[in-house]
Parts: sequence; structure tokens; C-alpha cells
Amino acid sequence: MDTDLLLLLIVLLPAAGAVLNGLLPLMWPQLRRSEAAIGAVGTACVAVPFVLALVLFFQGFAEPYVGSFYTWMGVGDFSVSVAYRVDHLSLIMALVVTGVGALIHLYSIGYMHGDRSFWKFFAYLNLFIFMMLNLVLADNLLLMFLGWEGVGLCSYLLIGFWYEDFKNSQAATKAFVVNRIGDFAFLLAMFILVREVGSLDFAEVFAAAGEMTAGTLNAVVFLLFIGATGKSAQIPLFVWLPDAMAGPTPVSALIHAATMVTSGLYLLARMSSVVLMAPTVMGLIAVTGALTALVAATIAIAQTDIKRVLAYSTVSQLGFMFMASGVGAFFVAIFHVVTHAFFKACLFLGSGSVIHGMHHVEHDLRRAGYKDPFDPQDMRTMGGLGRFMPRTRWTYLAATLAISGIPLTAGFFSKDEILFKAFEFGYDGHLFAWFVWSVGIGTALLTAFYMMRSYMLTFEGSHRWPMAQRVHPHESPWTITAPLVVLAALSLVGGFIGLPKLAEKAGLANWIHGYLVGHGTHHGPVVEAAATAHVSVGIEVVLIVLGSLIAIGGVWWAWRFYALHELTGDERIRLRFGGLYRWWQRSYYWDEFYDKVAVRPVVGGAENAFAPFDNRVVDGLVNAVARTAQQISRMARHLQTGVVQAYALAIVLGVVVVIALMVR
Amino acid sequence: MDISGAYDSILYDIAGGFSLLVLLLAGIVCIVWDIFENDEPVLPFVAAMACVVGIVWEVRNLDAGSSTVFYDSIRAYGLASYINITILLSALATVILSVPYLKRIKHGYGEVYALIVFATAGAVMMGTANSLVTVFVGLETMSISLYILAGLVRRDEGGIESALKYFLLGAFSTGFFLYGIALLYGATGTMYLPEMASGFIERGELTLLFWAGIALFFVGFLFKVSAVPFHMWTPDVYQGAPTPLTGYMSTASKAAAFAALVLVLYYGLAPMPVAAWQTALAVVALVTMVLGNLLALVQNNAKRMLAYSSIAHAGYVLVALTAGTSQGYAGAVYYLLIYSLMNIGAFGVMALLEWDDKEGRLQTIDSLAGIGFRKPLLGVAMGVFMFSLIGFPPFGGFFGKVAVFAPAIEAGYTWLAIAGVLASALSGYYYLRVLYVFWMRTEEQADPAVRARAFPVSFSSAAVVVTCALVLLVIGFIPYVRDLTQIYFDASVFATMP
Repeated sequence: MDTDLLLLLIVLLPAAGAVLNGLLPLMWPQLRRSEAAIGAVGTACVAVPFVLALVLFFQGFAEPYVGSFYTWMGVGDFSVSVAYRVDHLSLIMALVVTGVGALIHLYSIGYMHGDRSFWKFFAYLNLFIFMMLNLVLADNLLLMFLGWEGVGLCSYLLIGFWYEDFKNSQAATKAFVVNRIGDFAFLLAMFILVREVGSLDFAEVFAAAGEMTAGTLNAVVFLLFIGATGKSAQIPLFVWLPDAMAGPTPVSALIHAATMVTSGLYLLARMSSVVLMAPTVMGLIAVTGALTALVAATIAIAQTDIKRVLAYSTVSQLGFMFMASGVGAFFVAIFHVVTHAFFKACLFLGSGSVIHGMHHVEHDLRRAGYKDPFDPQDMRTMGGLGRFMPRTRWTYLAATLAISGIPLTAGFFSKDEILFKAFEFGYDGHLFAWFVWSVGIGTALLTAFYMMRSYMLTFEGSHRWPMAQRVHPHESPWTITAPLVVLAALSLVGGFIGLPKLAEKAGLANWIHGYLVGHGTHHGPVVEAAATAHVSVGIEVVLIVLGSLIAIGGVWWAWRFYALHELTGDERIRLRFGGLYRWWQRSYYWDEFYDKVAVRPVVGGAENAFAPFDNRVVDGLVNAVARTAQQISRMARHLQTGVVQAYALAIVLGVVVVIALMVR
Repeated sequence: MDISGAYDSILYDIAGGFSLLVLLLAGIVCIVWDIFENDEPVLPFVAAMACVVGIVWEVRNLDAGSSTVFYDSIRAYGLASYINITILLSALATVILSVPYLKRIKHGYGEVYALIVFATAGAVMMGTANSLVTVFVGLETMSISLYILAGLVRRDEGGIESALKYFLLGAFSTGFFLYGIALLYGATGTMYLPEMASGFIERGELTLLFWAGIALFFVGFLFKVSAVPFHMWTPDVYQGAPTPLTGYMSTASKAAAFAALVLVLYYGLAPMPVAAWQTALAVVALVTMVLGNLLALVQNNAKRMLAYSSIAHAGYVLVALTAGTSQGYAGAVYYLLIYSLMNIGAFGVMALLEWDDKEGRLQTIDSLAGIGFRKPLLGVAMGVFMFSLIGFPPFGGFFGKVAVFAPAIEAGYTWLAIAGVLASALSGYYYLRVLYVFWMRTEEQADPAVRARAFPVSFSSAAVVVTCALVLLVIGFIPYVRDLTQIYFDASVFATMP
């Protein structure tokens, strides 16, 4: 098929799904009940683009192909088109978005069953996929920004999906506001580029980047990075993501784990040739990533809500990806985006399955007369669920092992590659990379520990919910478990697309490196930092063994610890770490900090300092304008007497005025 | 006049004036048929078919080179086709919307459709005129048909008021218009627009006679497009006329008058220094925008509000004409198309939501509280129309506003464009208020009569409203519809006076 047609279909089918699922049930309320049809349409509108993207994938596109569909009004030399770029980078992203997206759509059919706004959910979800595809396929920064804003909007709508609960809409608002800060930086970067380059097309920006002054270049890259920290939840803008878990679990899996939050990494990878010209900012990126990874991992240890553990884990993993970008290994960041999409989506969907089961427990408890509050997301009242939900348990375990980096699972390859690249970059003479590497090693250990902890507390040990002898959860239906199985399988084997350098000795190439960066004379869409020093094979072997040991050690430690102590394990850690633990529990008081230094002074200051000004001057001015307008309006209305003679007189007066203006 | 070549060019003439001839024929068929079969239900179909045939014909001829037919009295193809499509679309929508509406108010007379078709024929003649005589004949054909249509509901005092006011003031302004044409003829010695242009270049000087003539001539147009201070008839007439026909008055007849003004400015007066009338048009544009929007603020009646809004929109188009460049003229013509779609749609929705049996004369906007939830299709469509009228991207109205304000800025009338933007910001208040009432109030706050009423929406009416809304969503993104300057307005016509 024609590439242009394929592209259009890939992008427009989800939009069509959103329109169908959004408008038809709005118009005909009786359609809102037909969940099967809505779910089928919604899933098909993502699954078909996945198949079409596969067709493009197998067609190659070693050279980027740009399909331009429409040129928006040009101003002078500056014009912006709706143009989509097919190259290896955008194809990988499109495949992840549509592939994982389709699975999560399928999952949602079961998960959202019976919800009052089932149709709305699928309409938003399809709209999200449409926006996300615009983001990753765009050939210029403006179209990308439109997608960027669009996914932000969908995220806002979906976090606040159950808006009846005030807490949820607060979380949605928080996500929205924090994201705006990042978007503002992105916007500023675009302004600078328009001024300096006169175009926002990627090809032209890349070509002109070398001619910019170092100061301008640093500013652009820095602003793009700030934009990325907003969307991808890095320090200092990560606070919105844990709260975003208020949305339905499929949303957390799709938007806040697998796709949207990785768009900051995609932005950096897309602009890799420009980012590489600003080494100072790269250092900042790597250090920010490392700190975020460590901070989020420690917080995750002390969380008791199963979804919040996963949320902080996502923040931490995104930190790993930023580390990779900061040491110039953008392709590894994308590699980790892919593997992370597999295992984190699997974990989230698994947690959704658990919550689904615990909701039934809650339901049964209420029927049995249980009155106390019950939180279906609290791991403290779970335990031993593996007996009742075997498919959920094994898939969750597979994904846990993958994220921990147990050898030969997907996470092992991608995380080890990140650590290796950091090490290599330090070896190359960039001292900050040593710091990044050592933080990464420590965080990897923590990751294995807290992920295994969440598995142990949820699926192993004793049943800790009330009346455990009488009520127990059940395994979820196949629409929920089938995506879990697929994703778990991918979590186990998905890493073989990026074999370590060591494998070259055995004649096995690193596929994703060749695909994204290119080899020999061929250049792919992603550029990497040129390494001058080469790490010897011996050191490489040591590093891999170290990485494996850390993962296995962390998992084994958590398994032993929580198998022995169960819930009291947390208590032991708390006693061991004391005040530090409380900091973890309260996420280092970030929210309180922001509240104190940013929100309160601004709001309070505005109330105290600006209130009189606002009340008297601004309000007064606004009211005066409104009053004057209405008064003039009323006065003028008196002219409209309804008497024809008066109208005729007005015409005569008008004639006199017009003649006076024209005759000279 | 030499008519010896009449038979040689007759086929070419018929092709060029095809849609006009089809309309006239359809009008005659309707009126004659109605004599034998009173209120025959097929008549609207005949009228609609005439419009459809005309639209198809004109669409096919959009790319043909512009030329003149019938002894240079009307223009054909190209720009003329574009204008005709605008007029014919409004007419088609009006016919479709009128059928259920008039049936409901029990005034479904057959001659209504004959009159709509005749008015459209007049509008087409005017909008494609190449001589001052054609402008006048077209104007009168259209106006007289509209006078009758405005007073269609004879028993209702609103209808009588509407028709009488329209007729008296229309006749009054026609006097000025005709006098202006006479003076122009005296000053230039020709009725044909291009010959006027060459006359200026030959003569090199302009007499007082000419200036007075052009001023009076403008007044005639300004009355038709309801520019301030010639606008006072508009709210009263719009309010009393049957709602779909009000929609017609505010779109087709306005579009035709503006199109004729563009043709006169572009073909007839092009070689003159534009500065001569820029001041006059700028002043009128300013007061029209400001007063139109201000007065719309305090209207409680939906039709009066839309009437003042249409006055304000006339001001926006005048801004584009003030620029006096080919971009300005192109922007005005483009705006007319978009404006027609928005207004036909908005009046269409109001016609469907009418409950007072007095052509909406007594109906307040507030009475329709929460109607969006009962009639989501109409509510959503109204949302599109209101946002588009404000000029909110990505709706068509936004692109229209860009097309009319940008040329004014380029021509140095930045202050006028700023005034226009501010005025349209003001308009947000009363347009959004409609949506506020439709969607953010509850049905309990609606008038009891509204709650008791079912508001049936026929498929054809819904189709018209939805089509208008959908077109407004996409029209800004179709470059071919937008880039009129490159297609029809050739800047080389502008040769200034020596």
C-alpha cells in the first residue's frame, strides 16, 4: 500500500474511533449501554493501526520518509505543515504506542465493565492514542507540540475521569498545572528556534543547529529538557505523577507508564544531534535523571498503596532513561522505553487485576455486614492472593523479575546497557558519569528490592483482609488476563533486541543500536556520543556480572525478608532507618515544600498584597468597562425607537456624513 | 447598441448565465404551477432543485476564466461562480429549512418558494453585475421579493411591521442609490464597470458630480448590508419575519450586496486612488462594528441579538474593503461564504427551537435553558456556530476574521483591525451566553412552554444544520476555498490613475 495512505490510516483511525465512541453515544443515549460494540470499535481503532505500523516496519525506511498532508497558512518564509515523518525512531515509538495501546484497550473492556461513562472512557482513550501518534510521528516541533498538549489534555481528562470524587479532580488539576510549567519551557524553546532557524521542521533545525551560538544552543536544549521533565515526571516536576494514579488503572498503565510519560525521552532522542552539542546541559540531564531515580526508588520502598509503588517506580525508571540520554546514549533510553512499556504496563495491569479482585472482596464484605473502611489498593490488607489469582500472580512475578533486571529478562538488557553506557562515558573522561553510574548501581539494587516487596506483600504470605475465611477474590476474566500474558511474555524475551556489546564477540549484533543509530556508513535517526576510549572486554564482563548479582541479590533479599516477616518487615525497616524512613513515606515532603515555597506565598501573597489592588483597581476597571458598555448600549437603544420616520432621518444623516467624508 | 451578433453568442450567453436562467425558469414554473395546484408540495422541491443545479453548474465553472455575458451586463465563471455558490447555498438551505417551519406555522404557501427563487435570481444578478443597471435591476428584484416574504404572516402585527418598515426604508434608500447611479453616469458617461475604469484613466480628473454620485451609490449598498447608521431597520425586520427567511435576508441578500460592492470597487473604481473612499469606509466600518456589538450585548431576544450580530459582521467585511487591495476583496468574499454558513446555521437552530408561535418575536434566549441536553444535536451545532461567530480557532469564523483583518493591517489600517478584534472580543459575551443558557442551565429553569414542547426536528432540517456545522469545522483547512487572491483577484488590474 501507499505509504501516505498507510500513515493517514494509522493516525486517523484512532481519531475516527474517538469520534464514533464520543459522538454517537452522546447523541443517542441508548447506545451507551452497548459496551461490546464500543469496546470493539475502540480496540479495533488501535489494533488496526498497529498492524499497519508493522507493515511500515517491515518496509524498512532506512532513509526517513516525510509525508506532507497539508500546509497551514504560511507567514512570510515561515510555514508549518501537517507532515509525518517515518523513520526508525518514530516507527519504534508508534509500534509501542499502538501495540501496548491495543492490549490496554482490550483490557479496559473488562476493567471498565459496568461503568456509567464506559463510552466516554473509550473515546478519551482513542483520542489519547491519536494525540500520541501525532506526537511521535510529527515532522516538526509545532505539530509535535500539538500532540504534546493533546496527550496532556487527555491525561487531565482521564485522571479526573471519576470526577465525582474531589480528590481525583484535584489530582487532575495538579497534573495539568505542573505540566503547563514544562510546556511553557517547550514553547520558549520553539520561539528561540523560530527566531534563530526560521523553521520548526526537524531537518532544518538539525541542519542549522551547528550555526547557533553556544549560548543559544544551551538555552534551547535546556528549555527542551525542562519541557521533558514536566511530561516525563523528573525532579523538580515529578510530583504530579503519583497523584495521577487517581485515574482508572488502564490509564495509569497506558498514559502514566508506557507511553505519554516517555515522550520527554522521545523528544530528547529526536533532537539528539542538537542535544549532543550542549555537553553542559547533558551533564545536568544525567545528574537529574540519577537523582530522580534514587529519590523515587527510596520513596517506593515506603509506600503501601500498590499503585503508588508502581508510580514511584515509573518515576525512578524514567530517571534511568534520562541517565542514558545524559550520557549520550539516546538509543538506550529508547530501548528502555520499549522494555519498560512491556513490564510496567504488565505490572500496572496486574495491579488493576488485583484491585478488581479486591473490589469484589470489598463488595462481599459489605454484604456480610463489614462496616469499617476498606481500601482495595492497600497492600497491607492483601497477601496470599496468588492462590486465588494464579494468572495475575505469574505475570506480575515475570514483570517484577524483568524490572529488577534478573539476567536474560528484558529489563536486564536495557538497564545493564544504561549502566554500561554511563560507565563508558565516565571512562571517556566525563567525571559526572561516574557519579551517575554509582547512583544507578545503588538504585538498581533498591529497584529489585521494592518491586519484590510489592510482589511478596500482594501475592504471598497470609491473607490479611478481614473475614479472610469467608470471602476471597477471584481471578479476573480473560479480557484482563490475556493482555497480561502477552505483556509478561514480552517482558521476559523483549530484551533480546538489544544485546550487550559482549555478544558481538559471538557474532550477535545489537539490533536496536543498528536500527536506531545505524552501523557503518548508514546513519539512523538517533545520534550517539562518540566514545574515544574503549572499555575492555574484561571490565565489561565484570560489569555484567555485577549488574546480575545486584538484581539477584535485591530480589533474593526482599524475598527472604518478606517471606519471613511479611508486614512486620516494613516495621523493621522503619525502625532501622528511623527519620529517613518517614521522609520516604512522605515523599521527602516535596508537596509540602512546594506548598510552602510556591503555592502558599503566591496565593497568600496575592491575597494580602494584591487583594486591594485586585478588588479596587482591576475589578473596578473590569466592572467599569462592563457598566459603560451596557450603559452606552442602553443609551443607544433609545435611538432604536421603532418609529420609521426616525430611521429614515438616521439614513439622511448618514448620507450627509458619507458625502461629507467623500466629497473634497 | 449593436445586437446583430446576438444569435452568434446566444449559446455562450446561456452557458454563462445558466444558473440565473435556471432560477428564473424555476420561479416561473413555481408561480404558474401554484396557480393550478394551490400549495402543491412539490414546489419546494422544484426550488431546491434549481439551486442544486445552479450550484453544480457553478462548481464546475469555478476554474473557467472569468468573462462577461449578455452584452457585458453580467459576469460569469471564476469569481462570479464563487459568489453564486455562496448565494445559492444560502438559498438552498433556506428552502429546506422553510418547508417544515412554514408547515408548522401554517403558512406553507407555494408562492413562498417562487419568491425565494426570484429573490435569489435578483441576488445572483446583483452579485455578478458588470454594469450599474444590472446592479440596480438585481437589487430591486431581490428586495421586492423580500418585502413580501418579510410580511408573510399577515395576521401578526410583527410581520406587518417587519414588511412595512423594510419596504418604506428600502424604497427610501433605493432613491439615493438610483440618484447615485444617475450622477455616476453623468460623470463618466457609461454604465459598464470596466469602461468607468478606463474613463478615469483617459480623463485624469474627477468632478464633484462623480464624488456625490459615488457617495450616494455607497449609501445604497450600506443600507442593504445594514451598516451603521443605515442599520436601524435590521432588528425590527429580522425579528418580525419568519425565522428561516430572516436567515436568508442576513446571508444571501447581504452576500449579494457585498459582492456587488466588491465588483464595483474592483472593476469599476480600481484605477482611482483608493484613499478617496477609504476614510469613509473606515469610519462606517468602525461605528458598525462597535455599535453592532454593543447593542447586541443587551438583547434578550435571540433574533434581535443575531440581527445586531449580523450588523457587526457587516462591519468586519467593511474593514476588508477599507484595505482597498486585492487581498482585502478576496478576504471579504471568503468571509461572506463563511458568514453565510454560520448565520444560516444559527438561524436554522433558532427556527427549530421556536415555541412562541409569533416567529420568535416574544422568545427570550433564557427561555431555552438547558435545551442542549434535550436536543444535543442542535446544542452542539449551536456551539459550533457561536464559537465560529466569535472567531474561535479552528472554526471557519477564525479563518474568515484573519482573512478580513490581515489585509487591513497590511494596508496600514492597524487601528481599525485592532478595533475590530476588540469589538469581536466583546461579542464573545453574548455568543457564549447562548451556549451558557443551552448547556449550563438546567431544564427546570426553562420556560414552562418550552418544557411542554417536543421540538420535532425533521431529518432535512437536521441535515442542513449539521452540514453547516461540519463544513465550518473543516473549511478553514481547505486551501482552495481560501486562496481567492491567487485564483480570482489579479493584482495587475490595479493600475493607478496617471
